[in-house]
Amino acid sequence: MPDEMNPSEGGEQARLTAEAVARESYGKLVAFLAVRTGDVAAAEDALSEAFAAALTDWPVKGCPKNPEAWLLTVARRKSIDVLRGKRRHEAASEEFEAAAAILQSAPLEAEIPDERLAMMFACAHPAIEAGIRAPLILQAVLGLDAARIASAFLMSPAAMSKRLVRAKVKIRQTAIPFRVPERAELPARLDSILNAIYAAFSEGWTDPGGVDAARRDLTQEAIFLARLVAGLLPKEAEALGLLALLLYADARRCARRSADGEFVPLAEQDTVQWDARQIDEAEGLLRRACALGSIGRLQLEAAVQSAHVERCRTGRENWVEVVELYDGLFALARSPVVAINRALAIAEVFGAEAGLDAMPDAGGDVRLAEYQPYWAARAELLSRSGADAEARKAYEIAIGLERDAAVRRFLEKRRSGLSS
Amino acid sequence: MQYLLLLHADEAQFAQMTPEQQQQGMAAYGAYGQALKEAGALLGSNRLRPAADSTTVRIVDGKTQVLDGPFADSKEELGGYYLIDVPDLDAALAWAARCPGASHGVVEVRPIWSMG
Repeated sequence: MPDEMNPSEGGEQARLTAEAVARESYGKLVAFLAVRTGDVAAAEDALSEAFAAALTDWPVKGCPKNPEAWLLTVARRKSIDVLRGKRRHEAASEEFEAAAAILQSAPLEAEIPDERLAMMFACAHPAIEAGIRAPLILQAVLGLDAARIASAFLMSPAAMSKRLVRAKVKIRQTAIPFRVPERAELPARLDSILNAIYAAFSEGWTDPGGVDAARRDLTQEAIFLARLVAGLLPKEAEALGLLALLLYADARRCARRSADGEFVPLAEQDTVQWDARQIDEAEGLLRRACALGSIGRLQLEAAVQSAHVERCRTGRENWVEVVELYDGLFALARSPVVAINRALAIAEVFGAEAGLDAMPDAGGDVRLAEYQPYWAARAELLSRSGADAEARKAYEIAIGLERDAAVRRFLEKRRSGLSS
Repeated sequence: MQYLLLLHADEAQFAQMTPEQQQQGMAAYGAYGQALKEAGALLGSNRLRPAADSTTVRIVDGKTQVLDGPFADSKEELGGYYLIDVPDLDAALAWAARCPGASHGVVEVRPIWSMG
């Protein structure tokens, strides 16, 4: 009974409904408009105007029965107005008129089609600069604002905002298509989306203490996106692999810190604190992915996580298996990050010296020289092999490169344990 | 959507080829142009004379400055172009990849600024 609601109650209800719709449907509504106009920025503008209209309209008239359809109707009208306005002022009138006509004729009944995947393929197109693909997907699909994305990616809000605008202009001006690519192209193009989601998760993961809400939430947003892609492409093994990988990692979130906020390495974590439900889901996804018979990097990374979970839970050593998985990973992607983790696994089987021999060489690779895990791994292996002086130096660099205070304290403790 | 495919390549490479190789190369471009035409995508194309035949003009402080040589002096010079009309960037990129120039040089894909 909307007319009996008092204004403050109605306002609160309207805000809650709008928030719920925003969370569930934002990306779907942006995608619906953007796919038909080729213009992500205009779609976002139209939708934010529609949300603003909802917040003034709903408290007075009550929430509509189908809020999603209400928002889309308003946003669509705004888009058509903008396109018609551009037609008058700008030269390329035919294209704007065509887009307006497509929007106007698009059916609005029943279910709004889910075209988020098509939009993600546009955002992660190879013509878009690789570093901005993850922020672009976060903004277009989830509606995160530039300032929040910027802080997660350690970039100034102004710079982030500028790069997002530039990418959207490029999508529109070069007519990057909004569609799921053909079978032959799909794996490579999907890889780019999965990488972007993985990058978003990693940015959020670097704040394990959960001090910074913007970063912590990013891991949940990334899992939401991975779930979306895995749900829309259930036959793509790597999409399932990514979701499994993120769930394995996220399941250990709480165990990564002790009650007093100290860093707890994997081997010392209390497995009871792990989220068993998430791990079960990850195991199921990984099995489904393997059954599809097309092995890939993300599935192998997830399999490594699965092996860690198994070992920590049962106490049964399985480092030989882990080394094999890393061999497979290294053959697929010769990345220094994989090489470091492979070296650590090798050390568990063949000893610290063998691990050190397998470490990549930081000489000549600036990125590796500034990569904290490289120095932490080196320090660990050096100290185990008894090269204390060298280990101390490596710990020193690792501590200097770490931005998480708890990890710094952990490394300092390790360093002070060395004999002088 | 209209796109200009700009073919950048090392001119010296062509000069070093044997006559048979040069002929083969020209035949590949001929076939490519034909395929574009058949697909109804070709609006225009030309091969350009070597960069050494280029002259640049600019006006500095009201004075016309004429210089011998191309605008940007690099190993890879603009050697030709195709103006095509296709539905979207992916279609343009697919044509760029088929261009023989992509195998021995670089093909740049630039959308045309539509003036209505």
